[in-house]
Amino acid sequence: MIALSDYLILAAILFSLSIVGIFINRKNVIILLMCIELMLLAVNINFIAFSHFLGDAVGQVFVFFILTVAAAEAAIGLAILVVLFRNRRTINVEELDSLAG
Amino acid sequence: MTFDPMHLIPVAPELFLLTAACAILVIDLFLKDEQREATYILAQIALIGTASLALLVGGGERQVVFSGSVIRDGMTDLLKASICVIAFGAFLYAKEYLKDRNLFKGEFYTLGMFAVIGMLIMVSAGDFLTVYLGLELLSLSLYALVAFDRESGRGSEAAMKYFVLGAIASGMLLYGISMIYGATGSISFAGIAEAIANDAVNNTIMVFGTVFVVIGLAFKFGAVPFHMWAPDVYDGAPTAVTMIIASAPKIAAVAMAIRILGEGLGGINADWQGMLVILAVLSMALGNVVAIAQSNIKRMLAYSTISHVGFIFLGLLAGSQSGYASAMFYAITYALTALGAFGIIILLSRKGFEADRLDDFRGLNQRSPWFAAMMLLLMFSMAGVPPTVGFFAKLFVLEAAIRVDLTWLAIVAVFFSVIGAFYYLRIVKLMYFDKPADSAPLQAGMDTQIALSVNGLAMLALGIYPAGLMAWCVAAVA
Amino acid sequence: MKTIYLLIALMPLAGAIIAGFFGGRIGRAGAHWVTSAGVGISAALSLYVLAGFVGGNIEPFNGSVYTWMVSDGLTMEIGFLVDELTAMMMVVVTFVSFCVHIYTIGYMADDAHNWPKESLAGKNSYQRFFSYISLFTFSMLMLVMANNFLQLFFGWEAVGLVSYLLIGFWSVRPTAIFANLKAFLVNRVGDFGFILGIAAVAMYFNSLDYAEVFAQAPGLADKQITLWGDHSWSLMTVIGILLFIGAMGKSAQVPLHVWLPDSMEGPTPISALIHAATMVTAGVFMVARMSPIYEFTETALTFILVIGATTAFFTGLIGLVQNDIKRVVAYSTLSQLGYMMVALGVSAYAAGVFHLMTHAFFKALLFLAAGSVIIGMHHDQDIRNMGGIKKYMPITWITALLGSLALIGFPGFSGFFSKDAIISAVSHSQIAGSGYAYVLVVLGVFVTALYSFRMYFLVFHGEGPRDEHAKAHLHESPKVVTIPLILLAIPSVFVGMFTVGPMVFGDWFKNAIFVLPEHDTLGAIGYQGVGWFLGHGFMTAPLYLALGGLGVAYYIYMKKPEIADKAKDMAGPIYTLLDKKYWVDEIYQAVFAGGSRGLGKVFWFVGDRVLIDGLVVNGAAKSIGWFATVVRHLQSGLLYHYAIAMSLGLLLLLTWFVIL
Repeated sequence: MIALSDYLILAAILFSLSIVGIFINRKNVIILLMCIELMLLAVNINFIAFSHFLGDAVGQVFVFFILTVAAAEAAIGLAILVVLFRNRRTINVEELDSLAG
Repeated sequence: MTFDPMHLIPVAPELFLLTAACAILVIDLFLKDEQREATYILAQIALIGTASLALLVGGGERQVVFSGSVIRDGMTDLLKASICVIAFGAFLYAKEYLKDRNLFKGEFYTLGMFAVIGMLIMVSAGDFLTVYLGLELLSLSLYALVAFDRESGRGSEAAMKYFVLGAIASGMLLYGISMIYGATGSISFAGIAEAIANDAVNNTIMVFGTVFVVIGLAFKFGAVPFHMWAPDVYDGAPTAVTMIIASAPKIAAVAMAIRILGEGLGGINADWQGMLVILAVLSMALGNVVAIAQSNIKRMLAYSTISHVGFIFLGLLAGSQSGYASAMFYAITYALTALGAFGIIILLSRKGFEADRLDDFRGLNQRSPWFAAMMLLLMFSMAGVPPTVGFFAKLFVLEAAIRVDLTWLAIVAVFFSVIGAFYYLRIVKLMYFDKPADSAPLQAGMDTQIALSVNGLAMLALGIYPAGLMAWCVAAVA
Repeated sequence: MKTIYLLIALMPLAGAIIAGFFGGRIGRAGAHWVTSAGVGISAALSLYVLAGFVGGNIEPFNGSVYTWMVSDGLTMEIGFLVDELTAMMMVVVTFVSFCVHIYTIGYMADDAHNWPKESLAGKNSYQRFFSYISLFTFSMLMLVMANNFLQLFFGWEAVGLVSYLLIGFWSVRPTAIFANLKAFLVNRVGDFGFILGIAAVAMYFNSLDYAEVFAQAPGLADKQITLWGDHSWSLMTVIGILLFIGAMGKSAQVPLHVWLPDSMEGPTPISALIHAATMVTAGVFMVARMSPIYEFTETALTFILVIGATTAFFTGLIGLVQNDIKRVVAYSTLSQLGYMMVALGVSAYAAGVFHLMTHAFFKALLFLAAGSVIIGMHHDQDIRNMGGIKKYMPITWITALLGSLALIGFPGFSGFFSKDAIISAVSHSQIAGSGYAYVLVVLGVFVTALYSFRMYFLVFHGEGPRDEHAKAHLHESPKVVTIPLILLAIPSVFVGMFTVGPMVFGDWFKNAIFVLPEHDTLGAIGYQGVGWFLGHGFMTAPLYLALGGLGVAYYIYMKKPEIADKAKDMAGPIYTLLDKKYWVDEIYQAVFAGGSRGLGKVFWFVGDRVLIDGLVVNGAAKSIGWFATVVRHLQSGLLYHYAIAMSLGLLLLLTWFVIL
């Protein structure tokens, strides 16, 4: 039987991976979007695990909302990405430093 | 569970604004460019309607509807009305600016209205799910608004940064929510508070979750070290959008903080108080100090916001009724002040010219003594110089902090605000003692001029009679 | 009576508003008429109120005018407390202000020359100046008439604000802007203490009303509070010292004195009104007003005494080496403020306030006389370029002489009574630090006489102005300038002998000032009438020190050049004799003047320029600026740096709250 803690550890690992991914990746903005997606999925695992072990459906409902919002978020993110690329001709994270100080 | 149509009354402002926003979105499709003014007028009417509706359905007993996920009480009445008023002012100031830059499009207003709906939902949230949805609605609208000038490289860069960091922050908030849900078995604030009161929770998991939730909040506020987005976004976004970001969302964030920390996690006050102390001290220190080194007024105001957030936290972390009331007072008056300050920046800008450098304020007194005086009042209010309202806002939060025996924190706050006074007064000095670098006359419609004057004089009026608003804030949290 | 008090306060405000907002429309004459009339009415009504108190047909008034708000039982309101102390201050403020208004008509007549041609900032500068000084008068009246701490604070900030505006009045001069910034920054330090003091009062007394706070004071006299750590402090000491830090800023006490000499960049009328007679004495007034608090804390009194004595002596020394006529007077003001603080420190509040009053008259007189000389010299302020002005400006000369005699405490002049009362009180004081203070204030008398008459002789006697062009144009100032001089000279000479009895030794201040019996240093003097007091003066050292200082100044600055000239002509054995005499001069010069001048120079340079200007004011500003530039670089503009910052923040909070 897989215990609650196992799920939580898995989620924590995924969550940490996504954060580390955001600042290790210095090239491509798209990878950032992927990391964000991963972060939300880690949260979803948490919710579902708790929901199951608490015997409470609210957690799963929450997950549906997170998934929906994540889709909207991805749409906006990609739209911004397109605008950014059109203006800058690059999506390299390291070159996004005209605003600083 | 049955559906009771009466439950729709408390959420009438949100429903009205949502309907209006969708309708305006459609109407706008059929308008020619020269008729775009109609969109603007409709949007303003919608905001006024929402504010009136909020006050109309308001008053009386606290109502909890939709299985505890939506609340209507004194706080929602006050804050919803304030948010609509501030958004109204922002739309008004933005109009000329957008026209001059060929950005006068219906999307600005619809996105703006969706952001307002997001804020209203945050204010009336009764559980974490509602808070999350409101927050995302607000954030997604703002991301899009920051990139609103599609030709601007800086704007799209700012939007990208805002989006990525904002997504991380909401990820952290969600992670925290999931932990609290796991520990208490509930996502509604009332349920969480009950679980904590019954001592039925694992304290470590609660604190663990609380840290993440506090970070989510801190990001929305722009508290150090989760502030990094603020200067870049303020700087990169079109000034009209910066004005929206800098003002009303602070009020919504205060509501969110009071709901989550006060109503939900009030039982573990001691834990989150410490976190807010750290964030408050860091924010006041970094915000005030770095602002001195800025030469761009939008960036300067970004750092100034960061320092003001430190003060708002001072009220919140007191964890008392008077603390929440003072934080609310601070946020409302600050939003009004920031609105006015950006309004003046917009007033100084014109076609092909952004008045976003401090030097653009040189000799304003000689170009327009009246608006120089308005800016003086706004800057005095930000610096906390009596008798402007900023002084009382600071006084109230300091009092709240002292009441919970955090005198040292109050002293630190006063110390940093003394440093902070410097850069606000530098603007005053530039306006009054320097020669103007550019002598072009100020162009603004009568509506903008009147609104800016009202905005500036409100600093003084609220300073001379702060009791009214403060009494309202106190009643709102009672 | 309330109506009269309201009128007194509001007339100058009305003048300021009319001159400020409609200056362009009513013109120059309109502006000076309306403001002078406003202040004149205030002055007349204030005199009426004072006369009422003297005659005993006016009772002290304490009432609120407008309630601002009530928060948690703490009432914030605007109200007036008019008792004998207030009445006296009101007369001083409005009378000096009235004289300054009239004087300004002459002094600022050609203000257009001070601005670059076509300068927008210089437009209507004349009207603006009148508006500012009237606004100042209003703020100062609100300060002295306050019946609660909040209004005191507002008045305090308002006079400060107008003072900055006026120091930087000639905004086209970089030095003026610098001086104004410096005054602002230094005063922030003081205000920091002041506002904390008021907060402490609000917290422990749960009231901001003077009467309520003072009534509770004896009950809280022994209360101890802990600020941080385990060490406990007496509440009264904490409040007393915090409030006094505010007074140190406003009244320019060491080490917060540096802004006052620089404030001389402003036009001379405001140096007289704000930086000599009224605003800078607000600290003295405040401490006297708070005597029911200060009486219960000997620690704070000692603190005041030591700071005051240090200021009195050491800033006086600095006055010896200044060559700018206004700066000499400014250092003299610092020194006299020190005397007032000393009086407060030994619980001789009445003597301190009395000196405040006499000083207001003779120092305003000296400043206005200096201004008159400056007009005559076409804005050359260097005393080395002056000389012999006596011949050309007789009224200025006589009034300046009377002012100087009053300042050094020449018997019979007003300054004599106030200064002697202070020094005698110090000699009777038992409080810690009174020995130190006694030595310094007695020596200070000599220094005062020396610098005052050094300036007097260099300016008015000896050979005429160095510059022939200046000499040709030198003539007496117009009547609007000389009449205020005469008006001020009258009280400078006479006010002391008529008021010393009731005010210092009588029960004039019985309602306003509270002194514990064991602190009653003034009572210990055993006053027996004006004549007795004069005689008493002749039996103590200060009088002779003052005369000695006068003599030394006369010797060095009047006699020496003649002797030196003769010595050059003559040769032979007689010369040796003369030479010996010359030796005495040298010793005088070396021991008295030279020694103290050298010391003054050292203090001015090390104390003011290096330590305070360099390290504290500029140093703090620089290090904050440097820190800001460094921290700015954290905002690198790179997304992953921002993400790292967020993660570090997360880790910090997690370790702090979850793991620890």
